[in-house]
Amino acid sequence: MADSLEFTGACPIPIQQYPRILLAHGGGGKLMHQLVEKMFLKGFGHPSPRAQHDSAVLTMPAGRLAFTTDSYVVQPLIFPGGDIGSMSVFGTVNDLAMSGARALHLSAGFILEEGLPMETLWRIVCSMRAAADRCGVQIVTGDTKVVDKGRGDGLFINTAGIGVLEHPLLISPDSVRAGDAILVSGDLGRHGIAIMSVREGLGFEATLQSDSAPVAAPILEMLAAGIEIHCLRDLTRGGLASTLNEIAQAASLRLCLEDQLIPVRDDVHAACEMLGLDPLLVACEGRFAAFVAPRDAARALAILQRSQAGAARIGEVAAEMPAVVALQTALGPSRILEMPSGEQLPRIC
Amino acid sequence: MKYLDEYRDADGARQYAREIARVTTRPWNIMEVCGGQTHSILKFGLDQLLPEGVTLIHGPGCPVCVTPLELIDQALEIAARPNTIFCSFGDMLRVPGSAADLLSVKAASGDVRIVYSPLDAVKIAAENPASEVVFFAVGFETTAPATAMSVYQAARKGLGNFSILVSHVLVPPAMEALLSSPQCRVQGFLAAGHVCAVMGCAEYEPIAAKYHVPIVVTGFEPLDILQGVFMCVSQLEEGRAEVENQYARAVRQTGNQPAQELIRQVFTVVPRKWRGVGEIPQSGLGLRDAYAGFDAAKKFGLSRHTVEEPADCLSGLVLQGRIKPPECPAYGKRCTPEHPLGATMVSSEGACAAYYRYRGLAAVKAACETQ
Repeated sequence: MADSLEFTGACPIPIQQYPRILLAHGGGGKLMHQLVEKMFLKGFGHPSPRAQHDSAVLTMPAGRLAFTTDSYVVQPLIFPGGDIGSMSVFGTVNDLAMSGARALHLSAGFILEEGLPMETLWRIVCSMRAAADRCGVQIVTGDTKVVDKGRGDGLFINTAGIGVLEHPLLISPDSVRAGDAILVSGDLGRHGIAIMSVREGLGFEATLQSDSAPVAAPILEMLAAGIEIHCLRDLTRGGLASTLNEIAQAASLRLCLEDQLIPVRDDVHAACEMLGLDPLLVACEGRFAAFVAPRDAARALAILQRSQAGAARIGEVAAEMPAVVALQTALGPSRILEMPSGEQLPRIC
Repeated sequence: MKYLDEYRDADGARQYAREIARVTTRPWNIMEVCGGQTHSILKFGLDQLLPEGVTLIHGPGCPVCVTPLELIDQALEIAARPNTIFCSFGDMLRVPGSAADLLSVKAASGDVRIVYSPLDAVKIAAENPASEVVFFAVGFETTAPATAMSVYQAARKGLGNFSILVSHVLVPPAMEALLSSPQCRVQGFLAAGHVCAVMGCAEYEPIAAKYHVPIVVTGFEPLDILQGVFMCVSQLEEGRAEVENQYARAVRQTGNQPAQELIRQVFTVVPRKWRGVGEIPQSGLGLRDAYAGFDAAKKFGLSRHTVEEPADCLSGLVLQGRIKPPECPAYGKRCTPEHPLGATMVSSEGACAAYYRYRGLAAVKAACETQ
């Protein structure tokens, strides 16, 4: 299982033969067949001997299903605390979890750039398998394309996922009500800062690890405990600020947060201060915000904290307009937490 | 966090606010010079802690905001050249020139790179001998030593493919220009702590004496700013006009002398146009003749045209502290961070961006109510 597939350097496609991806690996001939057979089918473990078909045939449980897709582009491909492979599995499983679904099956589409080292690809495939095993999902179908050197960024991955809803709730911004407690599942901003510090060669003394991780388990646990969850949203691009602004606008309600309650680690905070970034706008890959009925807030928080020590209750939903996110600063006065207008750019001084 | 949390302490802030209220007997207008201070004020709501009558006027200390449109157009011209790597600090990338911004040039195949230090650009030049590498040298005295060091090192390494597009500006001449304007409302200054960490405090003495204004060298954290306001109001109430140093943990009276020496070696003082303000004599830094080979404007024979600002952008008045951002009719309507009319709405240190980010459209309502 997962352990035996950990990267050992033993790439199944002999290195001396093709140490790097060639255009021919996407050309439909023998090389492509070999890549699919030895790399992807071996790595992902196909469920039936006849799986190498244009589509996977699945038997689904009765009830509501959730279906999602996401594309993954990240540089470097392998970063402190994760890689594009595990991220592409966790990300899609997490997206399904945001409607309270248990993930069952994933697809994986690869766009490979000519020249990508075969060993890098193998390492990422192994990481996807280990991630899928950890989440209890199977990668059941896939696709490979190769683009000319210089036309890709090493490797892009798209994953789509199907999951099943085993609860009766409508988890959506429409269900958010005045008085709801707003929780976050852990400390914020670590993924974005970890990526930035390696990509830009910032040379911080300690290496920050990305927060990339699956988050379905505590959500399913909350549902099993009968907690009235109104909305869930993962805190990826644009961080907490983007996500909460989207929900405030969709729900037409005002969200009130207390700055001091929002969990940001000291090292992330320090890096943000140095670069002139706001940690509340920095991306996470294994964190989400939960809106729950106030009477269930304490129990929900206990479950989240067992899963991730940094989880916290950061505020509540108010009835007043306008539909903005208001943040009470540590010194007392309130300000708004604006939706970021684009990528944050490090400032001059 | 050590060296940070203690300057954001809520009890300390309330205590300073009470002290300011205690010593204040009449209205005062105090300008914080630096955009970094403006952001702290808006981010932590410090203006809301001050007694009625003590008004903070936001100054011109945002290097992105005061870089003239012509120079941004020149940067765009260079960045679009083939075989050229254009290096810039991040927050210059979204600043609109008269037709585009650096992000658009990058999207249209220009090689535009964000660097964190001018020395990164020197490294890029050494690694890419076949390309021209140009650094957009923007900033006040704070960033000038690093730019000077980049030119000094490039000269020592004989990097003929490295050059800089210089737009460095100096704080004291801008303060003098503001004070000599008949519309000036400023009665005291919070000077920019980081500028003084490099240059020291001495050059502010003649300004304080000539215009009879108190100048308090001030840091950037909430307690720094509140203490700076307290020191400034105390001087005003007592009729004093002295240079005082609130930011003593970073600023020495004489500043950073090796950094000053490096600036003097590489740069000479020149007149410079400030966006929204106009030309201010002896307010900028240009390369000395000995380093003229590193001047991108000369190297690439750039056009020296004059460009008019959009008529409905009042960023010039904002930069001079004559209006607050929400008083501009375009604020939040035709001018937002996504579609900025002027640099004060783009830069992370610009006063308009700070109001929009922390107060949003609610600021317009508040501005109307106070008028």
